[in-house]
Formats: sequence, structure tokens, C-alpha cells
Amino acid sequence: MKTRALVLSGYGINADEELAQAFLMAGAEADRRHVADVVSEPALLAQYDYIGFPGGFSFGDHLGSGLVLANLFRQKLEPQLRSFVADGGLIIGICNGFQTLVKTGLLPALDGDDRPVVSLVHNDHGQFIDDWVLVDCESESPCVWTRGLGRRWLPIRHGEGRFVTDTPETLQRLEAEHLVALRYAGRNPNGAVASIAGICDQSGRVFGLMPHPEAFIHLECHPARRHGFEGGIGLDLFQQAVQWKENN
Amino acid sequence: MRIEIRFIDSMLDGRASSLAERLTRRVGSNLTLRIVDVVIPGAPLSADRARSVFMDPVVQTLHTDAAAAEDADLAGWTALVEVAWRPGVTDTLAITAREALLQLAEAEPAVIAAAEGLATARQFLLYGKLDEAALQRTVKLLHNPLVQAATVIRAAEWQTGMRPPALYPAPAVHDKPEPELIALAGLDDAALEALSTTRLLALTLPEMQALRAYFADPAVQAARQAAGLSVAATDVELEMIAQTWSEHCKHKIFNATIDYVDQTNPAANRTVRSLYKSCIKQTTEDLRPTRPFLRSVFTDNAGVVAFHEGSVLCVKAETHNSPSALDPYGGAITGIVGVNRDILGTGIGAKPIFNTNVLCFGYPDTVEGELPKGLMHPREIMEGVHKGIVDGGNQSGIPTAAGAFLFDESFSGKPLVFCGTGGIMPETVNGKPSWEKEVRPGALAVMLGGRIGKDGIHGATFSSLALDESSPVSAVQIGDPIIQRRMTDFLLEARDLGLYEALTDNGAGGLSSSLGEMAEASGGVRIDLSACPLKYPGLSPWEILVSESQERMSLAVAPECWDEFRALAERRGVEAAIVGEFTNSGYIDIIAHDKPAGLLSLDFLHRGLPAMHIPARWQPVARTDDRPPLRDNYADLLLDLLAEPNVASKEALVRQYDHEVQGKSIEKPFAGRQADAPSDGAVLRVDHTTQRGYSVTHGICPRYSDYDTALMARMAVDEAYRAHIGLGGHPDKAAALDNFCWPDPVESPGTPDGAYKAAQLVRACDGLREACLAYGLPLVSGKDSMKNDARADGKKISVRPTLLVTLLGAVENVQKTVSTDFLDAGDLIYILGDTNGELGCTMLERVARRQAGAQRLRDGMAPTLAGSAAQVAVGDGAAPAAVSPATGAASAPENLPQFGPAPDVDLQKSRELYRVLARAISGRIVRSCHDCSDGGLAVALAESCLGGRLGARLQLSHLPGTLMQYTADQYAVRALFAESGGRFVVSIRKEDRERFEDTLHGHSWRFAGEVSAEPVLRCSVGESLVLETNLAALEQAFKTPIG
Repeated sequence: MKTRALVLSGYGINADEELAQAFLMAGAEADRRHVADVVSEPALLAQYDYIGFPGGFSFGDHLGSGLVLANLFRQKLEPQLRSFVADGGLIIGICNGFQTLVKTGLLPALDGDDRPVVSLVHNDHGQFIDDWVLVDCESESPCVWTRGLGRRWLPIRHGEGRFVTDTPETLQRLEAEHLVALRYAGRNPNGAVASIAGICDQSGRVFGLMPHPEAFIHLECHPARRHGFEGGIGLDLFQQAVQWKENN
Repeated sequence: MRIEIRFIDSMLDGRASSLAERLTRRVGSNLTLRIVDVVIPGAPLSADRARSVFMDPVVQTLHTDAAAAEDADLAGWTALVEVAWRPGVTDTLAITAREALLQLAEAEPAVIAAAEGLATARQFLLYGKLDEAALQRTVKLLHNPLVQAATVIRAAEWQTGMRPPALYPAPAVHDKPEPELIALAGLDDAALEALSTTRLLALTLPEMQALRAYFADPAVQAARQAAGLSVAATDVELEMIAQTWSEHCKHKIFNATIDYVDQTNPAANRTVRSLYKSCIKQTTEDLRPTRPFLRSVFTDNAGVVAFHEGSVLCVKAETHNSPSALDPYGGAITGIVGVNRDILGTGIGAKPIFNTNVLCFGYPDTVEGELPKGLMHPREIMEGVHKGIVDGGNQSGIPTAAGAFLFDESFSGKPLVFCGTGGIMPETVNGKPSWEKEVRPGALAVMLGGRIGKDGIHGATFSSLALDESSPVSAVQIGDPIIQRRMTDFLLEARDLGLYEALTDNGAGGLSSSLGEMAEASGGVRIDLSACPLKYPGLSPWEILVSESQERMSLAVAPECWDEFRALAERRGVEAAIVGEFTNSGYIDIIAHDKPAGLLSLDFLHRGLPAMHIPARWQPVARTDDRPPLRDNYADLLLDLLAEPNVASKEALVRQYDHEVQGKSIEKPFAGRQADAPSDGAVLRVDHTTQRGYSVTHGICPRYSDYDTALMARMAVDEAYRAHIGLGGHPDKAAALDNFCWPDPVESPGTPDGAYKAAQLVRACDGLREACLAYGLPLVSGKDSMKNDARADGKKISVRPTLLVTLLGAVENVQKTVSTDFLDAGDLIYILGDTNGELGCTMLERVARRQAGAQRLRDGMAPTLAGSAAQVAVGDGAAPAAVSPATGAASAPENLPQFGPAPDVDLQKSRELYRVLARAISGRIVRSCHDCSDGGLAVALAESCLGGRLGARLQLSHLPGTLMQYTADQYAVRALFAESGGRFVVSIRKEDRERFEDTLHGHSWRFAGEVSAEPVLRCSVGESLVLETNLAALEQAFKTPIG
């Protein structure tokens, strides 16, 4: 039987279609569901193996990136989300989805503490940027989405992707416990502390990242493909997660 | 009560540091700044509540009882500037803030009260030395007074207790809900014209006379009396007619009868009855038998084509020039979300899958003093428009696939802001062809999306007038991509559930246009203006009818589907209201507050408009044939061309557009090893499960209009089609859009050269038709904007006649596309197509003229702006100074160089060559392909080298074409920089040489050299080396910052 992914949509989320496609191509089933429908029927979550928080501009990011959507989840779905993770579910938050996850406190959730301790703020150059970056999947990280995937190219497109922590101690813990799953390998495109591009929780199952693996599910997406490029494609992350879930 | 939110650590606010950098650059003083976001709730809110809703606790802090400006760690500021929206302008932050509060409110009345009437503002604390002039300049850069109000408080003033306003005013409400009666019966012609002017109807005397006659018709009067209406017209009716009959909506000039006179060739004289019918529509009709992919052309919001089984694509482009001249940011954002709605309202509703934008500005380095007072500086306009495109496009989740920036002094008055969108629909939706539109009598007329306010009232009529200092503020509206995104999601869901029958967008003219058009399909409509949801009370009925408030669609919903439709809309947070009913009465029947407010015959409204009659006089342009610059090594000219803003890299601007969302992008704005060389256009995948794709390309050549618009149009079509072929597109599967932006072509005291401009329009349409027929390129939709003139400070600036061709084509296999960059050393380079050596109106001429103009300015002579374009006329109403009054043609009193006639293209030869190239590309022989356009062969070669980070060695003697007719000393400059159409730089593998040359047999081509590992571009003619420059110099020139 295939595993099942819930991909959120609505309210200004806009990369839901390709995220669902990535799960499909990785061998899972995928349903796109409007946030309003999920909020009105929280029990839905239990039917799924993965939840995808796609990129976009939820609620316009008008009050802060991902903030309004995160508040909605905190108020309406908190217990269900916690038990989803506790029961072995996988979560991926990409770009705006990552911003949402850190504001719900689902990441990094050190020792289960759900207070937000990290954030993603405006890029240091102050501008939205669409580009391709080289990233390292950190080999020591427990992240089930990136384990063993090494160095590779991924597209980025964000105005608020600069990863920061509330204190140096938080950063130290993230590093010490290898919760930094993804790091910019070449140029740091946004001024993120320690070139952090993505982090996971201690289980390794909840993962957030600024780059867009779901926008690199075909080889032809890479702009310099004719000149050769390092590493695989973004689809690998989803295949990795689906395989892990099928084996566990 | 004020809630003030700020970052704890200034280093974490990237917005502030980049803004400070920009201000420092522009004001000249060394500035730093802090940003404080201000939320003013409608009723007090606890600090805890405020923190949980408005603040990121990791990096921000918030006050509810004190001013952030007094925080110890923010001390030392020189001045505080607080910017808020003017009353009635959409405050998108406030909309979200209200929603965020209500989302947690549930049963708490205090929170609901706080959400009501909530407003937002943004405060800038400025640090550094700022004298009064620098402060004023800063304030000017921080807001647009048309839509925003700024409060400025200097540090000393703060000490004396001065503070920003506690509450920002709501729009003033003037209660005038009754329609006004306007009797036309007794009015003479002068009074009719006065009425058109004072009410901003933008109708001509013959049109006003047609109105007077309609209301005097006894049958009309009888029908009105039976309906309980006065025989006098209501303001509701006049406004509806003015909107429907506006140039913007009815394309009066394109439908006019034009008497075309060729002053040197009487045999060419003719009478054109509707350029639209004879040149545009007829072209598509002529091509229809061989283009079976056409589904819906010209009748709907967008053209619909079926390139692949299972789905259809649609495409549309619009301009938003006048609003962007006044409010560049709002104008551009509204342009994008507006054309997105066109796609959403095509057929049964399409999903937007790409955006395009072609932006034309004055030169950003225009010297302040050269610009007529009262006009915004081109740099200002460019920054605002660009930011609007960034926000509008990115937030909508639609990739910005392709586009261009053009700079030309003739765009200093009104910028041209072309916004395009493509969409996709399944071939059938609920068993019916998706592109068909049917409205049944009895269906409910439903308005969906945003509410109605005073925004954008008279937008359609306003864009049909020249821009001047008295242009109305209310003509500006600001779109909100997020609200529209929600509406889009809801509509596509409702579409697939079959919850509505038909829809169209609310754009120019608002409900009067959308319901008026849909009523044509059913045979009538009854509209109840009191049922329309309003942003605030106090709108007159006519204002409700014509308001262009954004994010609205009009739908026909079957009564039995209404409950389900409304329930889903509510669940998705989208407002829907029944505002009337479609009928087959033959009338638009309008009521307000249960009383009749208007009754207009559909037939009169849509067919009662008298045709315009326009004179057109053509006189060929005599251009001087000055000697082009001659060099031993043309490297310096090539570098100058690469640094020219039209050619130079736009990467810094374009990288701020999201071109990857939806995950289907194949050929992107930039190509090459380091993805920094320009592409010829875009290719995107149709869907994730196949290799089928489509191309999006553009052609636009306003410079050539100085010589002949027929040639300008041919070259624009060629450029778009050539790019499609060069990317790997299918030669028989492509369709095009035409967007004309013209200066007023109607002769009048204010436009003494109108007849020449009308002749330019006729010739452009002829050129368009000729090229489209030659290439088998049907036109599927189009739009025109005919009053692109600005008057300020006693001067008139008119745009160069401009035609944008947007092409949508099929790509059979996205794995077989090619890009512009050289791939490997040793690959062979070919030049395809004829090089005819024309340098007139080229980029080389532009650079030579700009350099000469700058020198004149340094010498204290007349400024370049007034002297460099035939389109700039000094003195309102007088004959343009640099333009011959009889013909409008440019003479050259300014002593700037001209290099003779502009380039042209041999359409028949090119067509055959393109087919051969398309076969070679699909046969995977071609490794790289770059079309030659601005700057000619030299620029194309430089860009292909840059993309591959490789050099090239070329021999340019004996190029095919008529180049040989020039004297030997001019061969090299003309070979390198001529802009002859129909040419490509192609590279192939060495081993494919024979195969490739066999294919090319009988066509125009030249084997020209080889790609080299040594990063140097070298071109020889015979024994002489004529161009030698290294890659680093090319890159540096190409990456010269713009502005």
C-alpha cells in the first residue's frame, strides 16, 4: 500500500501543486487540501504519513512571513500536529512552509519545547532573489529527508530566508545535535547564520528548508544542465523520505 | 491606541539596510535608518494579544503604550517620517491584520472592535546629517503623495511634543445615493462637448450627438416612461455609455474609417475600413485553414489555442501605462493582477501559468534638468514599476517567464508597462468545451471578490486621455495579489464542481463593462446597484457601476447552484453577492434603492457608437547617411553597446522575479554556465507528466519607427518568431498577440502631426499582417493604447510608435530545446541569414547619438532629450519643433548622427531558413542558437561567449546578403553591428559539419569559425583582425549597472 501525503493549499500558499507532484513521483499518494478544510476537520491529519507545508505568501506575509498561518495552526491544530509527529509522521516545510513551521514552534522543538527560538528574516541585501544555489546535505544530521544525499544544486526564491536564532546557545545546540540538515555550500544567498539553509527536529522527521526541491523534480529544470552539474535533483529528497517511511 | 513593532537588532532588518543604501545613493547624504511598523486598531487591544498576532518573538519587540522612537537603543535619530495610505486607498496590511485578529477572536467582542477600522502605517527613523533639502528629497523617495500621506517630525519637533496622527482618517462620506438627471434634449453642440469634458466622459461631439439622438427617440422615451424613468438621461446611464464607448473598451481608432494618403505615391492611397477587421482579424481568418489549433480568437478575454491533446492554452497582454505614470508601484501591480484576471475569466476559467512583462522607460540616467517639470523621473518610475512587478507577480504564485526592459527618451512622458499572462484549461470541463461562453437568461448575476470603493473610477476613460497635471487621483487603484489568489483558488475549485455557468473579469469600467459584456450573451441584464457590497457607504450609484476596485469577477450562476456556490465561497474566505439577473429583455436595466436608475438598449450600447473618420498622410522619411564610426579594433564600440542600458544585463532586476514557481521552467531568463547570459525567450513544460512544452517570446522594435513603422512591425514579428524557432519551437504551431502603444493619431490642434501618426499606424498594421501571413502566425488577441502622450511644463512628450508582439508557441519535446550559450571549445560557429549592413535606427546609432548628445550637453548646448527624438514636441498645441509639421517626419536639425535606413527582413527567405533550422534543432544537430537583434552580430557573439565562458575565433568576410555593396572601409562595422532581421549565431559539433551544411544547402549561411577555450572573442575580415576583446572586459561591460 502506498503512503499518503497531505499537501496544504489556500490562503496564498502557491507551490502546492508541484509539492504534491513531487510526492507522487517519489511513490506516495498526495492530496492537496485547503487549510480551511483541514482546520475544520483536524482528525484528517491522522490519515496521512506526511504533511507538506508548501512555499508561497500565506496571508501575503503582510504581518511577517508565515506568521498568520502559524497562528492559525497553533490555535486550531496544535494537539493534532503534535500527535502526528509523535506517531512517526513526516513533515516538510519549504520556504514559506519553513517560515510557518518555525513560527508554530514545530521546528526546532528542542526537547519538545514549542516556543519559537529561530526565525527567517529579510535577506541581508533586502531583496527577493530567484537563483540556484549549491547546498550540502549534512552527513551527520538525523534528517530522514536528506541523509546521504551530499552536495547538490537547488533553486531558491525568497525575500525572507535569512536564518537566525534567538541566542548563540540555540545555534550551538542545533549544531551540536546536527539538526542543521542543509547548508549553503557556496555563496550564502541571504546572510543566514552559519549558512543554514534547512533544519530538522530531533526526530529527523520534521524538516524545513528555504530552497525548493519540489521545483527541481525534472532534470531539465537546471539552468546549466548542458554544462554538467554536481549532484542529483530535488526529487531525491522526496524519494529518500518515502523510502524511509515505507521501511519504518 | 498605536501598536509599534520593530526589530530588536537593526542588523536583522534587511529592508532597512537596503533602503538606507538606496536613499544614501540618491540623496547624497550618508543615511542609516530603522523601520517601525505601526498598527492602529479600531479599539484598544491588550499587549499580549498584540504580541501574539503582530510580532515575531524571536527577532522583534512591540509597544502598545510607548513610542518606539523613544526607545533608548533607537536614540539619536534626525527625523521621523511616518507614511500611511490616503483615505480610500487599499491598505493590504490592514486587511490581513483584521483577518488575523478575527481568526482568533471567536466570541470576543473586544477583539472584533479592534479589528474594525484598523489601519496601518510605516515609520522611518532617519539617522545621519540631513539638511532640509536632503530631508525633503528623502521624504519624496519614501512615499508617493498621490496615494500616501507622510508626516515628518524632526528631532527638535519631537522634543516639543509633536507626534504622528493618532488615527488615520477613514474616507470622507458624502451621502448622495440618488442618481442625477441630465437632460440632453436642449443641449447644443458646445454644451454637449462641455458636458463630456466636465464629467470626464471622454466622448467626442459625434458620440455625444448620438447620445442626444438616442434619448430623443420617441420609442426610447416611451420605454423609459413605462419603466418609471424620466426621459432625461441619468448619470448612471451616461457613465455606463462613456465606459462602454471609451477608446480603452471599444478601440475606436482601430475600428475607424481611415483615409490613407501616400504623398509620394498616390497609387498607394486607400480607404481603410477598420484596421482591426482588415489587418488583424482578417490575417487570422486567412490562416485559419492551415492552423487547426485555433480555438477562441478575439471574442473572449484572451486567445485560446490547442497545441497538445487534453488541454488548451490561452494568452493575453495588456498595458497599464497611465496609472503607472502616476503611481508606478500600484499601476504595475494592478496591471499584473488585472491581466491575471483576464485569464481567469477566459472561457469557463483558466489557471494562470506564466506572466510576462515588457517595460519601457525613459533613460534612468536622464539629467534632472532635461525632464519637463511635473513629470516623475524615469528612474523613480522604473523602481516603482519594478517593485510592483516583484510583489504582484511573486505573491500570485505565477512564474514571470519572460520579458524585457527598453529605454528610450520618448518613454519619459508615459512609460509603457505591458503585462501579459498565459493560462491553461482542460479541453473539456464538465463535458463542455472549456473555451466556450454561454450565459442563460435567468442566471443570477454574481459579483465575487473584493468590495467596491472609489478606487479607479474613470480608469477606462482616463486612459483614453492624454496625461496632464490635472489627471484624477481616483484613477489610481492598488491591486492585492493575495486576495486575488484566494479568489483564483476558489474559482478553479468551483469551476470543476460546475457551480457557475460563465464568468468574466472586472477590469476597466468595472461592473458596467463586465455585466454589459455578459448581457450580450444572454440578451440583457437587470442590475441592482444597492446589492453590491461596498467598502464604505456614500458611493453614488454611478460610482458603484463604474468603479474599478480590484480583485473582482462577475459570474452567471444558476439559481439552483447558488447555495452551494455561496457556501464554498464562504469557506474559502471569498465574498460573493447576487447583484442582478441575466435576462433576454434586450436591455440593461439598472435599479438602485428599489427605484429605476437606468434603462439602456443593448443594441444601442454595443452598436450605437458612430464610426470615427481619421485622415492619414504618409511621407517617406529622409534620413541622413552619416559615416559610421570606423576603427581598427571595434572592441570599444562593442563594449559601449554592451553597456548601453537596452543591451546591458538586467539580471539585478530580473532575479527579483520568481520565474521558477510551479516547477515547470525549462528555458529561463538567463542561460549558460553561470546562468548570467540572456536567453532568447522562455520555454515551460505544459504539465509534469509529459515532455511537451511551450515557448513564450517577444518582439519589440520602436527605434525603427523613426524610419518606417511597416518595417518596425515586420521586425517585431520576426524577432518574436525567430526567438521561438531558436529555442526549438515548432514552426507551424505558434500564435501571437499584438499590443499597440501609439501617440494620439487623431489630427487636432494639440496633435498637428496626427495624420502622420495615423499613417504610421496603418503602415504598422500592414507590416504586421504581411509578416504574420508569411510566417503562418495567427493573431489570437490584442489590445491597443492610443493616447500615449504627456504634457507637462508646456512640453509634450509622445512615445515612439510601439508594437509589442507576444508569441505563444508549441515545443514538442522540452528535452530538445537549445539555449544561447556556446557549450564546448572546438564547436563550429555558423551565421545564418542575410547581413544587409543597415545601421539606421540601430543600437549603434543610438549609442553614437547618446554620446554626441552627452558631448553637446557638456559643451553647454541644447539638452539631448528635446533634441534626440522626433517625438518630443515643445509647446502645447504648437507644431512640434523638431518635427516637420506636414509629415511629422524627423528632420535632423540637432546634428546628431543618423546612419540611413533602418534594417529590414526578407520574410520569405527567412521563413524557409527557419524551417531548416527547426529541423536541425529537433534532430539535435544544433548545440547553441542565439538570434541577432539589438547590437547585431557582435553583441550576439559576445553573449554566446559569455554564456559558455568560452572564446571564439571568426572570419566574417563574404557574409551572405547585400553587405558587399558598401565601401570596403565600412564592411567591418556593418558586418558587426547591422541589425538585419532573420539571423542567428549557431554552434554545432565538428563531426556534424557535413550533415548541417547539407541541410543548409540553398539557404543563406556562412561557416564563420570556432569556439575557443581561450576566453577571447576575435573577428577577422580577410587578413585584418577587426575585433579582439577578452571575456572579462565583455562581462564587465555587460554587467554595467543600470540607472
